[in-house]
Amino acid sequence: MSLVQNFPFFSIIIAMFSGILSSVLNSRQARNVSLAAILITTAMSWSVFQYCLGTGGSYTYMMGHFPAPWGNEIRAGVLEGLTALLFGIVMLLSVTGGMKHIFQDVEESKVNLFFIMIDLMLSSLLALIYTNDLFTAYVFVEINTIAGCGLIMIRQKGRSFGAAIRYMIMSQLGSGLFLIGLTLLYDVTGHLLMSPAKEAVRAIEAAGSYEIPVLVILAVISVGLAIKSGLYPFHSWIPDTYGYATPTASAILSGLVSKGYIFLLIKIFYRVLGQENVIASRIVNVLFLFGLAGMIMGSVHAILEWDTRRMIAYSSVAQIGYIYMGIGLGTQAGMVAAIFHMFTHSATKALLFISAVGLYEVSGGKKDFVSLRGAGNRNPLAGVGFTVGALSMVGFPMLSGFISKLLFATSALQSPHKMMLTIIGLAVSTILNAVYFLRLVITLYARPKRKGSTGEMNEKKGDIREADKTENRNAAETLPGKQHISWVLGTAICGFILLNLFLGMMSQPVVQAIANGLAMFD
Amino acid sequence: MSRKKDNYENSRWHKFQCWLKGEVDPLSAEGVETVVPDLLSAKSQTEASKGQPEGAAQEAAKFEEKKPADILQKKEEAQENCQKEEVQENCQKEEVQENRQKEKAQENRQKEKEERGIRIYRKFYQIMSVILCMGIILVLLWTIAYLPIFGNAGNPDNNEVSARYIEQGLKETGAVNIVTGMILDYRAFDTFGESCVLFIASCCVLVLLRMDRPGEDEADSSDSDRIYEPKNDIILQKCACVLVPVILVFGIYIILNGHLSPGGGFSGGAVLGSGLILYLNAFGFAKTERFFNARVYRCITVSALTFYCLAKSYSFFTGANHLESGIPLGTPGSIISSGLILPLNICVGFVVACTMYAFYTLFRKGGI
Amino acid sequence: MAAHLFYNIEETVAVILFGIGFTMLLLHRNLIKKIMGMNIMDTAVYLFLAAKGYIRGRMVPIVVDGITDAEAYINPVPSGLVLTGIVVSVSTTALMLALTIRLYERYHSLDLDQILMQAKKEEPS
Repeated sequence: MSLVQNFPFFSIIIAMFSGILSSVLNSRQARNVSLAAILITTAMSWSVFQYCLGTGGSYTYMMGHFPAPWGNEIRAGVLEGLTALLFGIVMLLSVTGGMKHIFQDVEESKVNLFFIMIDLMLSSLLALIYTNDLFTAYVFVEINTIAGCGLIMIRQKGRSFGAAIRYMIMSQLGSGLFLIGLTLLYDVTGHLLMSPAKEAVRAIEAAGSYEIPVLVILAVISVGLAIKSGLYPFHSWIPDTYGYATPTASAILSGLVSKGYIFLLIKIFYRVLGQENVIASRIVNVLFLFGLAGMIMGSVHAILEWDTRRMIAYSSVAQIGYIYMGIGLGTQAGMVAAIFHMFTHSATKALLFISAVGLYEVSGGKKDFVSLRGAGNRNPLAGVGFTVGALSMVGFPMLSGFISKLLFATSALQSPHKMMLTIIGLAVSTILNAVYFLRLVITLYARPKRKGSTGEMNEKKGDIREADKTENRNAAETLPGKQHISWVLGTAICGFILLNLFLGMMSQPVVQAIANGLAMFD
Repeated sequence: MSRKKDNYENSRWHKFQCWLKGEVDPLSAEGVETVVPDLLSAKSQTEASKGQPEGAAQEAAKFEEKKPADILQKKEEAQENCQKEEVQENCQKEEVQENRQKEKAQENRQKEKEERGIRIYRKFYQIMSVILCMGIILVLLWTIAYLPIFGNAGNPDNNEVSARYIEQGLKETGAVNIVTGMILDYRAFDTFGESCVLFIASCCVLVLLRMDRPGEDEADSSDSDRIYEPKNDIILQKCACVLVPVILVFGIYIILNGHLSPGGGFSGGAVLGSGLILYLNAFGFAKTERFFNARVYRCITVSALTFYCLAKSYSFFTGANHLESGIPLGTPGSIISSGLILPLNICVGFVVACTMYAFYTLFRKGGI
Repeated sequence: MAAHLFYNIEETVAVILFGIGFTMLLLHRNLIKKIMGMNIMDTAVYLFLAAKGYIRGRMVPIVVDGITDAEAYINPVPSGLVLTGIVVSVSTTALMLALTIRLYERYHSLDLDQILMQAKKEEPS
């Protein structure tokens, strides 16, 4: 066994160990340890990805001295390596981009606890990606949930506590459903590892027994993970959670945590229940419809939202809807599109949250449209970053969002029953996306209002905004015209823009790798 | 709600006696709520020095919270009126407070109006929740009607996996307790994850409840019942003198015999933690902090988890690379046997004991 | 079907408890009762698992007198899973209770709707 094959295990353990170590370090040391852990794990994921591409296959790694049905196992393949790599990069950029705010929002004595949560979050995400065992997945789902809750409430504001408890409640509902699904699955198959469980499911299928339990298991696990990832009817916790956490936490939660659950769901579909069964059970149609509803309703909510941070959060609801719609298409191409959109969304949404921070900094910490007028001129780099993110979400050519929309459209053509709905949904959602994102981008580059001049937007809002306006003007006057932007934030935004451009321009190898990885799942 | 246990007026015994004398009726809402005015007046006295509107708002909120959510409107109104009257009676002596009561009453009336608006929604909500509950139960009942029969040896889950755990477990792990052998050797990665769940949960509770900035935090205000040093209760202390050593020894026994008999790190750790908590309750924080403070807690947790992490990494690494681990399993049945399981159990025991104790002290006084 | 449910009485009870706990966690307004619902839900799953591990007429999986025959002991896997699950449940309960304490200290209410409303009023955006 070559050394590279150990890397998935090493990366999980390193991330976890750095978390344990951070509890005795001070905040600066904890930050350095955390950054080092993220860097090392990202490099390891890169080499795992390269190794799997080179060998063209996947492998399982025994966690202990006992082979498959008895001991724990993790599994690495092209798709796992790629996802871990991308998650590592997004995590690194989010942490560096929001660094200043971490130290502002969190009490000085508790900063090291924040980094413990980042580390354990990373390790649980990696474990969710690599795991080949259902119960391990459950345990790490719980670590992920608790760490996510910690990231939200560490800001210690009233609303972030409210958001955290709502997040916890919804997550626990999802965990409960997931756990009972696992229990039922263990009952009918007798296995907790994915590969033997799949064989057992096949045997059940052939024997024709336990048809109804398998159907219910499928439904329960899907609904549980859908609640946890915030699919449309279960999305109510998303805006609060993403809107009131510290920026790094928002970027990580929206960009990575929900994607981790979706990845686990895809893995369970392919590696335990069997994609044919999933399609035959019509549960995909339910996911498809919910996804479509999420695409439209998330965008509508986002248009109605006045607080830009919450607007970005609602946009996440819409994008999660896209991903579930891709899964719901029930074709290989649809799944590839869904996974590609997963990558797109984690790169883009994290960019939006991080660059929005740069814009709020120069607007007196305010988040509404009026205060943000002209913020793009006051902080050029953040403005460019936000514009790139917004254009990518809308589907501007050369950016990653364009490719994922293209993939969705082409994959829709292959499934005749859902073609019309998908195309219409895509078109409507794109238009709605364009409405709210471009409105914000135009606002960013509009000239700040002088007193007496009334724009369309302010007229609509009437007198209520008047107070805000004057206050904003005061804030704008007190602020220097162009603020010095910290180089850390700048690097993070540049990194995100490059990542987006890379996913947009060089999409072919990525799509190829996703397709290969999915083929290896069977 | 309050931990002021020596508050005789609020004690159950007093209420019981009142009831016996026929002063109050415990079945009616007023009887249950006799606590409210006492508490409120006590509270408002302490708050009298502070900002008045804030106190009023707090009282109103407290008052609101007391109401059971789901009783009918009429009952609620009646109860509310009674409560109001009582409160007003109590506060007649102090004019300032009376004004506040009036304000509060107004506020309450306003709130009532608001509530009437959403009451229909609430009814609908209740019906929906019953339907949802029934739906979930029916679907799952429908499922388990097709599941294998209870207690049958031929069920699918009694397959080669559990057979090997039983048949080879003693030989391969050296543990007489097959469950311990399974969770600490065959499926050790899960258990490692589980210890990390405890670790991260204790970190989250630390973030929430540790009070690092006295004075700034509103949790630190004088009416908080979080900081409460137990009194020197002689009965409790004498009992603790007898019980604590027994409990601690029993906990250690459970941890050390985890691979031989029922028990293990988690249960033994919980027993140890409860022993520590009993000691704390009997002798107070000042004495406990002499041997167990935040520093000790951190050292123990970190070193135990680090050892766990390193030991299991070694075992996973050698296992995956098909190397001999070189850890002797010893003779099954003796206390020093079954390789890494005993040290791992000890580590888990320490982590669990510290975490339980830390949870308690954090909830109690906001620090370890 | 009814007879089957009666034979599987442990599972039936567990499933009913699960439904009750789930609904409480989802729809009850009081935070403490929500947490209780969560605990009922988790415990129901552990009851279910424990019932699944049991085999009639067999012993606890602790080797006695060196008998290592699969026919002699019950299935050890569900016991281990329950053990893991309990620890997870303890952790989440502690976390949610701590959150509830902080919310109560701040808003003096345990009603989630009221807390959220009050929070909205106090900190607009």
